[in-house]
Amino acid sequence: MTRMARKYAREWFEGLGRGTILCGEIFSSVFTVKPSGRDLLYQMYFIGVKSQSVVAITGAFTGMVLCAQTYFQFHKVKMDTATLAVVSVGMGSELGPVLTGLMVAGRVGAAIAAELGTMRVTEQIDALRTLAALPVDYLVVPRFLAMLLVMPVLTAGSICVGILAGYLVGVFLLGIDSTGLWYNMLHYTHINDMLTGMIKTFVFGAIIAVIACYKGLTCPEGAEGVGLAATEAVVYSSISILITNFFLTMILNRLLP
Amino acid sequence: MMIEMRNVKKSFGALQVLQGVTLSIDRGEALTIIGASGGGKSVLLKLLIGLICPDEGEVRIQDVNIAGLDERQLLKVRRKFGMLFQGAALFDSLTVGENIAFILNRERTLPPAEIDNRVAEVLELVGLSGIEKKWPSELSGGMRKRVGLARAIIYKPEILLYDEPTTGLDPIAADAIDQLIIRVVEKLKVTSIAVTHDMRSARRIGKRILMLYRGCIYADKTPEDIFSSKDPVIYRFVNGISDAREDEFV
Repeated sequence: MTRMARKYAREWFEGLGRGTILCGEIFSSVFTVKPSGRDLLYQMYFIGVKSQSVVAITGAFTGMVLCAQTYFQFHKVKMDTATLAVVSVGMGSELGPVLTGLMVAGRVGAAIAAELGTMRVTEQIDALRTLAALPVDYLVVPRFLAMLLVMPVLTAGSICVGILAGYLVGVFLLGIDSTGLWYNMLHYTHINDMLTGMIKTFVFGAIIAVIACYKGLTCPEGAEGVGLAATEAVVYSSISILITNFFLTMILNRLLP
Repeated sequence: MMIEMRNVKKSFGALQVLQGVTLSIDRGEALTIIGASGGGKSVLLKLLIGLICPDEGEVRIQDVNIAGLDERQLLKVRRKFGMLFQGAALFDSLTVGENIAFILNRERTLPPAEIDNRVAEVLELVGLSGIEKKWPSELSGGMRKRVGLARAIIYKPEILLYDEPTTGLDPIAADAIDQLIIRVVEKLKVTSIAVTHDMRSARRIGKRILMLYRGCIYADKTPEDIFSSKDPVIYRFVNGISDAREDEFV
């Protein structure tokens, strides 16, 4: 039992160490090697454009359900018109970035890990290295930069769709006064709420890209290895997003009250 | 000396694959490395090009010990090598033409028209003219290997490495690859190192044969000496005779 625990602990620390080295290599490459514009654009298309519908649907239904639940409680104390303010702050600072992060981790994180993992088991990564191209420069950095550029846009879209969907539910389904709803939302939503969400989404994008690329590049041999890498990329990214979100909330609430 | 290995050791976990390999290869030599599957032949090849690091010992390429170099420093050394992988390792997301031109497109030192000419030239050399626009998934195993070879020679490397060049091919395709390797070595005057357990191929493409056995170099001879050897280990291996009492080649 102790031996098993020691083995897991060693593997965990080894993974952490290798992940940190990968972060260092990405950081160094971002500032020293110019990525290919074509690769960057393709990744932005793959991560951003192709995730839009998933993220928008998630944002819309989250906004709708948050509006309905908030209304059911606020209606008891005659605070119906404050409903959309809760939706707006909730979507802007927490639900928008977190749910976008989780959806992108599921869709893109798995795809990146599986793609790089397949490249590794078919020796394409080794072939890259023999052709004087480092996998970090050619494969990781375009995905990392694309993720950083695209995540805020996806999150902003998700937040807007969520608020709009909440507004429509509030006005047309629950019969809340439209002017009051809109006025309170604008009054109680501060720029810092949105800024918090945008900072979070940058961090979540970096987490997904690093974990998915790391899992792909260190994928075990065989089809099972590729499957495992994809699964672990999603699980570790999702857990990391949720844990990081708590600490970011605590820190950013102090910095951006 | 073009390539030198001094007392190179490499383990993966508890398995010691290479147990002190020392060898030297001159410029222009055509060397074949034979040995059992899982015996460390591909590991040896990957050590030469710096894809893996030795646990002990030195790997010197034109008098530079590459064992201590980091990935970015290794890029310059790897530029001297071209490598044909066992499964060709073509990039699925690129066409044949883009695969072959990969390194030239990245270096951006040649105009696109010149790169296209070079691609057409090497495709003609490997006998596959006009397939630039095809995707790797549309090619047969033999064609993939030829394209892999075209990709390895387009930038005129000084050393060519072949990892099991004929594995998985039918005898006719294997023969064509052997002929191609001989033609490329003669035409480009490169140092050639092939790893194989195909004895027919080893005899034809190598002017010198090294046999790896139990993590060490067991024999370093001409093809004639290897194939006429009465040494029981060499004899059994080149003639494909298993020994039920001692399963040493597995």
